[in-house]
Amino acid sequence: MLIKTPKSYHLKESEITPENVFLNRRELLKGMGFLGAGALFATASANANAGWFSKEEATKFKTIPLKYTADANTAKLILTPESKVTTHNNFYEFGAQKNQPAELSQNFEVNPWQLTISGECDNPITLDYDDLTSMFALEERIYRLRCVEAWSMVVPWIGFSLADLLKKVAPNSSAKYVVFETLHDPKQMPGQDDRRLGGGIAYPYVEGLRIDEAMNPLTLMSVGLYGKTLPPQNGAPIRLVVPWKYGFKSIKSIVSIKLVSKQPITTWYKLAPNEYGFYANVNPEHDHPRWSQASERRITSGGLFARNRIETLAFNGYGEQVAHLYKNMNLRKYY
Amino acid sequence: MNIRLTTSNKVLMLKTVIHLAALLPLINLYYLAFYDLLGADPVQRVIHFTGIGAFNLLLLTLTVTPLAKRFKQGFLLQVRRLLGLYAFSYAFMHVFNFLAFDLQFAWSLFFNEIVKRPYITFGMIAFVLLATLAITSLNSLRRKMGKSWQKLHNLSYLIIILVAVHFYWSVKSELLSPLFYFLLVGILLSFRYTKIKKLMRSTFNRKTSKI
Repeated sequence: MLIKTPKSYHLKESEITPENVFLNRRELLKGMGFLGAGALFATASANANAGWFSKEEATKFKTIPLKYTADANTAKLILTPESKVTTHNNFYEFGAQKNQPAELSQNFEVNPWQLTISGECDNPITLDYDDLTSMFALEERIYRLRCVEAWSMVVPWIGFSLADLLKKVAPNSSAKYVVFETLHDPKQMPGQDDRRLGGGIAYPYVEGLRIDEAMNPLTLMSVGLYGKTLPPQNGAPIRLVVPWKYGFKSIKSIVSIKLVSKQPITTWYKLAPNEYGFYANVNPEHDHPRWSQASERRITSGGLFARNRIETLAFNGYGEQVAHLYKNMNLRKYY
Repeated sequence: MNIRLTTSNKVLMLKTVIHLAALLPLINLYYLAFYDLLGADPVQRVIHFTGIGAFNLLLLTLTVTPLAKRFKQGFLLQVRRLLGLYAFSYAFMHVFNFLAFDLQFAWSLFFNEIVKRPYITFGMIAFVLLATLAITSLNSLRRKMGKSWQKLHNLSYLIIILVAVHFYWSVKSELLSPLFYFLLVGILLSFRYTKIKKLMRSTFNRKTSKI
């Protein structure tokens, strides 16, 4: 007899939004005439900018279907609808408002692209655009994404383990940390050029991991979501996904990965070291100075009345896989 | 053709415009939010919209008196209360959105956040003061209160400062808009420079005389 022991982070089957309800939602609205009225209101009111419906249709960036191994847990987590994953983004390079990246990034050039992996290693390499999706077998990973702002999503990423990439360059014994850097191109990324649009953070965006965090099998280099290559607002053509840390650690549109000996100064740490630590592990017991981290709102389908406030889990529910990395550390000090 | 508007006509027209300008965006907002047409996170959107809306209305309310004085348009003063009440209504919805849709009536979390987070504490103090002003805006109460009414309603200057700080502390990194709002508040308060100086002095003197 097969006995399944569900892991702490698996949701029950009964919690899933029926697919047909989700897929038909839009038709349902159209049929009831709501879309027309909604669109009318949206143009009438400057403040409403309602239209992720209309924006979705105006999307210019072409994503490409990917070949990948599906995640075995597909049925167990309620996915955040693709339309929400791709329109609610913190990617200040394209504007600090959540809806701006989807609007201001559609002409972003991802091909050609160069990702350099260098520093304390024996075989530094540079990956071209095609290498990103062809060098490794791609797999789907359905992960929770917990933003430091206390909202969360569930995203079906596609990518490969960062560990596989790092093994290729053969880190040497001085490689204690991994530093990531986003493309710096103010012509394409208007937020880097305009303090008001870009939210006043330092560019290029820098993030970092300890080498053992980087080598953890959960740490993903993502090149796609929902079966296709990443749209620019989600970090095309390649981004990091570290599911047990707050979202800002998962740096987007990466051009450089460097192995170094010292802990780097990361972008949000630089801005407010008391609010955004280097580790930034999801920790319901350690509040952000300005809000509680004990619970979160899970963004799925559903409007204003969605009852979506849930308890935040230690390490975002991935403690089994990563808690050992921090065994003798005071996580209140190293937040 | 020359149409002469009587003062009461002007007031009526202005009030109609204010009602429409304040109510239609709210109806639109909640309609879109209810049907999940307001971006991925309608909760954040309604909180921000009503919050900044309340701030804008407060600023507008405090613009009325200087404007009426400068251009000798006394009738403008007759819409000041309406604007103030809409500022309160937006502030009420702002707090209600936070409690009902963000925290989803987790009351202990609500009270904890008010006590623990300075920016929410400031916002909440401003809201309670604003509620006091809204309640005492009733004509019957105003008559009963006599001179103390004006004293109480001078709190609007304190409220707008609290709100500006609340906004400044609430943002993650983008400081330009809060700083711009500080500038607006500064300009509006500068029109009351002598009055505020007098108020400060009398408050200060009362305190020292007690010692």
